[in-house]
Amino acid sequence: MQVNVTVDGTAHSNEAEPRQLLVQHLRETLGLTGVNVGCDTSNCGACTVHLDGRSVKSCTVLAVQADGHEVTTIHGLATDETTEDGWHPLQTAFHEEHGLQCGYCTPGMIMAAADLLAENPDPSEEEIRDGLEGNLCRCTGYVNIVRAVQAAAAAGNGDGSSVSAHQAEEVSA
Amino acid sequence: MTTTENPIQANVGRTRLRKEDARLVTGRTNFTDDIRLPGMVHMVVVRSPMAHAKVTNVDLTGALDMPGVVAAFSGADLADDAGGLPCAWPVTEDMVAPEHKALAIDEVAYVGDGVAVVLASTAAEAVDAAERVVVDYDPLPAVVDMKAAIADGADLAQSTLDTNVSYRWPLANGDIDAAFDGADVVVEREFVQQRLIPSAMEPRAVVAAPMGVSDELTVWSATQVPHFVRVFLAAVIGIDEQNLRVIAPDVGGGFGSKLDIYAEEILALVLAQKLGRPVKWTETRSEGFQATIHGRDQVQKISLAMDADGRFRGLKVDLLADMGAYMQLLTPGIPILGAFMYSGIYKMDAYDFSCRGVFTNKTPTDAYRGAGRPEATFAIERIVDEAAHELGVDPMELRKRNWIQHDEFPYEMIGTLTFDSGNYEAATARAIEMFDYDGRRAEQANRRDSGGTKQLGIGISTFTEMCGLAPSRVLGNLRYVAGGWEYAQVRMLFSGKVEVITGTSPHGQGHDTAWSQIAADALGVPFEDIIVRHGDTAVSHRGLDTYGSRSLVVGGAALAAACGKVVEKARRVAAHLLEADEDDVEFSDGAFRVVGSPETSMTMQEVSTATFVAHDLPDGMEPSLDSDASVDPDNFSYPHGTHLALVEVDTETGQVELLDYVSVDDVGNVVNPQIVEGQVHGGLAQGIAQALYEGAVYDQAGNLQTGSFVDYYVPGAPDFPTFRTDRTVTPATTNDLGVKGVGEAGTIASTPAIINGVIDAVRHLGVNEVLMPASPRNVWTAIQQAAASGSADSDDAQAAAAVQADDAGPDAAAADNAGQAQHAAGDTGTSTGGDA
Repeated sequence: MQVNVTVDGTAHSNEAEPRQLLVQHLRETLGLTGVNVGCDTSNCGACTVHLDGRSVKSCTVLAVQADGHEVTTIHGLATDETTEDGWHPLQTAFHEEHGLQCGYCTPGMIMAAADLLAENPDPSEEEIRDGLEGNLCRCTGYVNIVRAVQAAAAAGNGDGSSVSAHQAEEVSA
Repeated sequence: MTTTENPIQANVGRTRLRKEDARLVTGRTNFTDDIRLPGMVHMVVVRSPMAHAKVTNVDLTGALDMPGVVAAFSGADLADDAGGLPCAWPVTEDMVAPEHKALAIDEVAYVGDGVAVVLASTAAEAVDAAERVVVDYDPLPAVVDMKAAIADGADLAQSTLDTNVSYRWPLANGDIDAAFDGADVVVEREFVQQRLIPSAMEPRAVVAAPMGVSDELTVWSATQVPHFVRVFLAAVIGIDEQNLRVIAPDVGGGFGSKLDIYAEEILALVLAQKLGRPVKWTETRSEGFQATIHGRDQVQKISLAMDADGRFRGLKVDLLADMGAYMQLLTPGIPILGAFMYSGIYKMDAYDFSCRGVFTNKTPTDAYRGAGRPEATFAIERIVDEAAHELGVDPMELRKRNWIQHDEFPYEMIGTLTFDSGNYEAATARAIEMFDYDGRRAEQANRRDSGGTKQLGIGISTFTEMCGLAPSRVLGNLRYVAGGWEYAQVRMLFSGKVEVITGTSPHGQGHDTAWSQIAADALGVPFEDIIVRHGDTAVSHRGLDTYGSRSLVVGGAALAAACGKVVEKARRVAAHLLEADEDDVEFSDGAFRVVGSPETSMTMQEVSTATFVAHDLPDGMEPSLDSDASVDPDNFSYPHGTHLALVEVDTETGQVELLDYVSVDDVGNVVNPQIVEGQVHGGLAQGIAQALYEGAVYDQAGNLQTGSFVDYYVPGAPDFPTFRTDRTVTPATTNDLGVKGVGEAGTIASTPAIINGVIDAVRHLGVNEVLMPASPRNVWTAIQQAAASGSADSDDAQAAAAVQADDAGPDAAAADNAGQAQHAAGDTGTSTGGDA
């Protein structure tokens, strides 16, 4: 089946098996390997992306279900990923607060956190912990992940952080 | 409060933000599963659904007819292509072990044992075709329980052996009979270390490319130990070592589970050679739960003999350690690492340890964060609490009466090690202050008096561990086949920039950053001017990789030594160019200065460039500042600390809530406080997870009941409080950096702290033991059993039991685990995933 999907601001049109998961489409068809796979039961959240601006585990969505929709991955979050000045505030906060160690859960964790802050720009610690329940990390004990989300929230990033850089540009244009 | 001020330099001792993060937060990573090569085929392993069976036939024809299939092989087809999986630690001369082929041929011995492989153009085609492989099994009895396995007439887990006991390993020191015969009080307990599944977030994966893709066979593997993989794959497959390159690219956590040589690494390389095409294998998480090693799984019988005043006299430990079905790389040695740690931080006259390694029809066990030391620490810290209860003294007071005093170091402890340094008083004092120990005791007493259903418990763990694996001579004496040294190289480039090569292989620890800090200070070059390279045997030809909290302690020491050699070479060049005597040239703050005329100076980077162009070097000097060093430690290092937990237990439901956790660790000098704190946080979470959340459960037929993240509860953010951490600093004397290692401390310390807290909360109900994980069911059951046995301090237990008497819990442990599994599929925090 043909899948037309806009990913990180670029329109793609590719064949997909009906059973292909969105995460497989992103990784294998589009080569967006920053979207990681950590389990086969939709528990871990490593593959979290935004679908039309809301976070979703991309292993729970079929590629064909994304047809006609917009996907934002970790690759599309920064305005310029090659320089810290171009990073999304959550990317900066995870770096500064040491909210990652091996980094495997990090893309999904950041995407989930971005949606969390979009919905609740000033979350309590408990709201952050509950909001990230669907994303597992085995390295950090979550302490510095919580601190990173708090830091990003304090930086006034709550409004529209789930809107990716290219979307923000489109909005402002 | 610190015991000794940590010397802070320009970089070392300060938080520097991690160099690794730029790739990781932007998704520009290179994990093994991200690798795609031209002509690459995908491998799927067909695995046994039976715990123990004869394999009577493997029919591949259905698979070979499927679209995209390139080849398929049974174990018999590949029998001559590789030897068995290596075990690097035959702990006794008479240890017995079954042959362990990459694919089973005649007999499978656990659910997940590989029997065939299918290779196809895409992963999906390989999965589809693997479904068509037909394997005939003739079932054999499954041996699941260790105690049953060692009973007379027990069924055999491996029919090629005549016993389930692989080895017995003893350690004795002092007159144990005298210690126990003269004792006033002897406390005896049996503790169960449940089986754990390491669950690094990146599943294992391997890509093997044949000769011709490059000039050598190349293996990319999600491994902690690329150097081990190179040595052992070459030996097992019969490849000349120089023709094999192993690369650990970005690796997403390990915790010991990637400290191994796995069947899939052997298969991928053998088949890449056979097919002349790159071969890739990536495990699914559920597959990994069967095919990647598990941790713990021990039964510990422990007895502590004391005088009436609580002075410890002697300790006996009789250990059963579940090997699983086969020996993996270090399987038999894991409980032996614990053998040295059972006496903890305490003085005593005698120690007697014995361990039996037992085969069962379950996934092999091997190193999991702490590897033997968490089990030992749990046992001693738990029984000290039990001893305090029997003596009627505060558990902290009993510890103080017995621990090694700070002025007694270096101290030859009863477990035959020499603790070089430590200050248990200082760490404990700081932890008590942070925790408000006395205040919390008063709060606990108030709750107790109020008679409510939510009772408080205070859990203590005053732990030590052995890190910095390891002195090679010690390893040799323990029959370990490798050494324990580490390697570093410093390459001074033309521009004055620096490449640091390390033989350690990070997978989340932050070596790029910490090694840059060490080299920046030692060489006097900017932190930003250094790149750290690792994890590739072609770049770092020597190394013994990352495990056992060894990287900084041994690898960092090697880097410091290599930097020292660079400075000495550069001093000679600088003296020559500054026209001064070498003895008159000082090096500080990145510059060589002539004593007495400080304005006459050259920076390290100027010297580096001058050496590179080599226009004017001292006569006979080689034109290079590059230096390397291999460092072999002469002792382990011994981090320690005091951890305190405040838990609340609902006596009606058994629900445990962790209200507060304070840890004060002494890991010696620190290079990067932020990284150290992060290691402690993560370690705490894993140790607390053993205490409260995790446990692998097999049924009587040997089926893994907790076969995925749905049933095996890896805790999430809501399951922990924010840990409160601090450090004291007592530098290690066993390495030049004064560092001790921090990777495993949190995990080792926290499990007994939590369980001691849980029991402390319900001690008045007669509870003196609770099985891990301390789930509502296990805690509730412990309360009911105590009530039934009438061991409560008062009628509290009977009252609690009466409330719940008609509400008997389910008796399948698996149901208990599943009951805790609360991660909702598809739940991504505040939004629900799904239809577009």
